[in-house]
Amino acid sequence: MSLTLPEVAAWIIVVALNAYVLFGGADFGGGVWDLLASGPRRQQQRDLIAHAIGPIWEANHVWLIVVVVMLFVCFPPTFAAFGTVLHIPLSLMLIGIVLRGSAFVFRSYSYGPRSEQRRWGQTFAISSLITPAVLGMCVGAVVSGHVGAAMSAIESGRTGFTAAYIRPWISPFSIAVGAMTVALLSFLAATYLTIEAADDRALQDDFRSRALGAAVAAMALAIIALVLGAGTGDVMARLIKPGWATLVLAGSGVAAVTSAVSLLQRRFQLARVAAAAWVTLVLWGWVLAQFPLIIPPDLTIRAAAAPDRTLVETMAVLAGGAVVLIPSLWYLLRIFKGSGQVVKSPEEPQRN
Amino acid sequence: MPDLLAARSQMAMSLGFHIVFAVVGIGLPALMVIAEWRWIRTGDGAYLELAKRWSKGAAILFAVGAVSGTVLSFELGLLWPGFMRFAGSIIGMPFSLEGFAFFTEAIFLGVYLYGWDRVSRGAHLFAGLVVAVSGVMSGIFVVIANAWMNTPAGFRLVDGNAVDVRPFGAMANAAAFSQTLHMTLAAYAATGLAVAGIHAVSILRGNASPFNRYALAIALSLGAPAAILQPLSGDVSARMVAEYQPVKLAALESHFETQRGAPLHIGGWPDVDTRETRWAIKIPRGLSLLAFHDPNAEVKGLADFPRDEWPPVAIVHIAFQIMVALGTVMALVSVWVLWHWWRGRSIDAVADRRHLLRVLALIAPMGFLAIEAGWTVTEVGRQPWIVYGVLRTADAVTPMPGLVVPFLVFTLLYLLLGAIVVYLLRQQIARAPSR
Repeated sequence: MSLTLPEVAAWIIVVALNAYVLFGGADFGGGVWDLLASGPRRQQQRDLIAHAIGPIWEANHVWLIVVVVMLFVCFPPTFAAFGTVLHIPLSLMLIGIVLRGSAFVFRSYSYGPRSEQRRWGQTFAISSLITPAVLGMCVGAVVSGHVGAAMSAIESGRTGFTAAYIRPWISPFSIAVGAMTVALLSFLAATYLTIEAADDRALQDDFRSRALGAAVAAMALAIIALVLGAGTGDVMARLIKPGWATLVLAGSGVAAVTSAVSLLQRRFQLARVAAAAWVTLVLWGWVLAQFPLIIPPDLTIRAAAAPDRTLVETMAVLAGGAVVLIPSLWYLLRIFKGSGQVVKSPEEPQRN
Repeated sequence: MPDLLAARSQMAMSLGFHIVFAVVGIGLPALMVIAEWRWIRTGDGAYLELAKRWSKGAAILFAVGAVSGTVLSFELGLLWPGFMRFAGSIIGMPFSLEGFAFFTEAIFLGVYLYGWDRVSRGAHLFAGLVVAVSGVMSGIFVVIANAWMNTPAGFRLVDGNAVDVRPFGAMANAAAFSQTLHMTLAAYAATGLAVAGIHAVSILRGNASPFNRYALAIALSLGAPAAILQPLSGDVSARMVAEYQPVKLAALESHFETQRGAPLHIGGWPDVDTRETRWAIKIPRGLSLLAFHDPNAEVKGLADFPRDEWPPVAIVHIAFQIMVALGTVMALVSVWVLWHWWRGRSIDAVADRRHLLRVLALIAPMGFLAIEAGWTVTEVGRQPWIVYGVLRTADAVTPMPGLVVPFLVFTLLYLLLGAIVVYLLRQQIARAPSR
């Protein structure tokens, strides 16, 4: 199989999306655990989450911008179709992104009373739940072919408001995908947090049990999504019948079991790798099942692609940018995630 | 509210909101780096305190800028899918580059804010420098994309489709240089003078600590030169508009009939029905002189263009008058303040003169108002086109009905956010040290 230029661009977008899910996604998961913080160590749980996310969330968030920009540069009709049919859920997602990002920073820099900080904490937590749920629903809408069908109907002018702008993204299948996304990202975050909490065994156990619970929920929801998706068109059918996608899906199952077992055995580094592998393989299973379509049921990657010259120049810029970006990211993570030390909040140095 | 108007209002509101944070995100890191550099050079703790204060302001404003910028990148598709379908492959390049600049900025802001005692002093200062430089680069790339909408280049139009797309050619469009220069200077002038004004108020209230004096000195050394250079860059912009967007020039000058030796209208109200400008001060040959540097040059009037290609003349003219007036005041005050500073050889020559401080406090918000007015000129002045002469705004809007709803929702969201940011910044300012 020889790759065409548009396909290379599409794979690069998937890699960026993968990075967003692994880094930014875990920040959303952290917000979910902030919302669900409980027990005697409730405050320590929240502090750990804030310390883990603090220095890196802005950078993690930028992966989404990379995905969006790459999509509209390399596949303009795709971005136009998403923007049109998924106007409402994407707007909801944006509201979530705005509230989450600003509430997180407001909480860090507020001198107000505790109750005020708590309110921003709640805003941060609730929007961390809504945003990935809606994002998952959008993915479900694309996979099931409803976005493509609605776009054709809108272009031919023969459709009503609900059929064009609401029903494509609200279906049992898309809701299951949204719920699975939340469970998976929560699992990912809890697994990462077991390592952040290495100095405090009780806190580590809190997140270990949370990770295990989320893993079970994610597995159950994945099976529900597969069952509900069986009747929703070609893409899901290809996930189930033998092929590359099925192989990847099976791999994600292996990763899921590995991560759960290593959590049980308290092998947290292995659990982190397996958790990231699980999430990654779910993403690639979807992408491979959908290949070569960019919007099912019939818009292909090639048909949606920008002219070759745009693709070549964009990739050249990406390659040049990566030379700056990858060492910078490595530097950031080495400073703040390298030795498992607790990162001080920006308030602390000032008091010295 | 018609859908097109709702979509335009939502985009205008989102941009008008974001631009404030984007501008501070360009200017404030420069201030904080200068303060930190002064601390390393002098060992004076007040400079360190300043760098930390400003970095906190930068963190709050950067976060809001980042999320409101994300909203904008999505809104291009949510509100203007027709524009993205046509233009995505042509003007994606500056957006991709902006993505990298923004990424670099976010990474090194993380290092800067959380790394005070984790990296060496030199590495920390370097991180701040990277934030300041990548902030400027982000702004420049985004403005280049906007400049392309004013002076499209880098493709050929065949049957309404773009062919022979050259992304770098699109970046090298006619308006790119003048617009990016004007915007970068605007960011430094607005932020520098606003920060100077805030610290001037603090001194007026009796807190004449070194902290506030240093702050005044650093903010003025960035803002005042930028404000003084801005009229020159405005001249470059005006001549570009005169050459490439004559209808926009005619609208912003409220100039109806084509003529040689055209007069300059200052103020006044354009009456589009009678095609006259009422109550304006007219400076003979002024417009020809400013637009073409030749008092006898011919300047095209609105009457030379089809009526359906006129932008809303009154809005553009008034916004332009506001921008120029505010910019002029800022430049004059800057000259006056710098003159005192230079004569007194010390910032105390400014900080001890209460009338100077009062004037600085008065002009503090002007840069931001001028920026909003300036964007109104360039965006409303381009109407009815989204891509000048190529694609009409009405043909680019989403087919989704009921757009007034998202417009109202995002307006409420941003009002709330704006109020919270003001509240938090007041908390930060109120805790300024009095040592």
